[in-house]
Amino acid sequence: MSNKQLPQEFYTMMEELQTLDFVLVELTLYLDTHPDDYNAITQFNEFSHARRILKNQFEEKFGPLQQFGNSYSDYPWNWNDPPWPWQI
Amino acid sequence: MWIYEKKLQYPVRVSECNPRLAKYLIEQYGGADGELAAALRYLNQRYTIPDKVIGLLTDIGTEEFAHLEMIATMIYKLTKDATPEMLKAAGIEDHYVNHDNALFYQNASGVPFTASYIQAKGDPITDLYEDIAAEEKARATYQWIIDMSDDPDLNDGLRFLREREIVHSQRFREAVEMLKEERDRKKIF
Repeated sequence: MSNKQLPQEFYTMMEELQTLDFVLVELTLYLDTHPDDYNAITQFNEFSHARRILKNQFEEKFGPLQQFGNSYSDYPWNWNDPPWPWQI
Repeated sequence: MWIYEKKLQYPVRVSECNPRLAKYLIEQYGGADGELAAALRYLNQRYTIPDKVIGLLTDIGTEEFAHLEMIATMIYKLTKDATPEMLKAAGIEDHYVNHDNALFYQNASGVPFTASYIQAKGDPITDLYEDIAAEEKARATYQWIIDMSDDPDLNDGLRFLREREIVHSQRFREAVEMLKEERDRKKIF
């Protein structure tokens, strides 16, 4: 449907993002039932910080991951540019 | 509100076009124990559950939408290059005549999704027990689909989803204990 060939770096960075996000999803659900675990919260904040940095790097190269203003836009508006997740 | 993110929770790969596997997977798309039912169940129960577990229902309900997108991606990739003849050979020609290659919220037998798959009783422990059972039923369904599938790439994604059901079940069990603890503390005073 879309496919101009994606660079290898797209896949590498996307997988790094998915890896960090897996840790963050796991810690989020864990902290929902263990709100007093100080070490887990420290780890959560460390990963949250690393995630923010990687998100910015990814978006500079490959465009916005989120919209409604949670990501910057290039000119012209590039939110609708492929690939969507199921096209990768 | 919700913010969409243009990425899958976990990579989805399939080895080849295989509409028969898509037919099985639609069970987890629009079936009774599927991802749509899960997301709608938890996000709807949030409004009448004690404050202590609203966050958990919100977060698991949100993750279920990420799983729904993974299942949709699997079905899309397994069917996008299928010819009508291939769909017929896989036994989903009745889907084709109604929907072409479009996805539809139905189970593996073609029964459309219905809200009667999910419950909200307003009794917190009752609702959480339903949620634990739902996760275990979804885990079992993933196992049966993996048993039917000979696609190693697809099975990698399915194993990820199966493991998430186990984690969700564990968290819901902990939520039950949190509410029991709170209830018992109130009795003392």
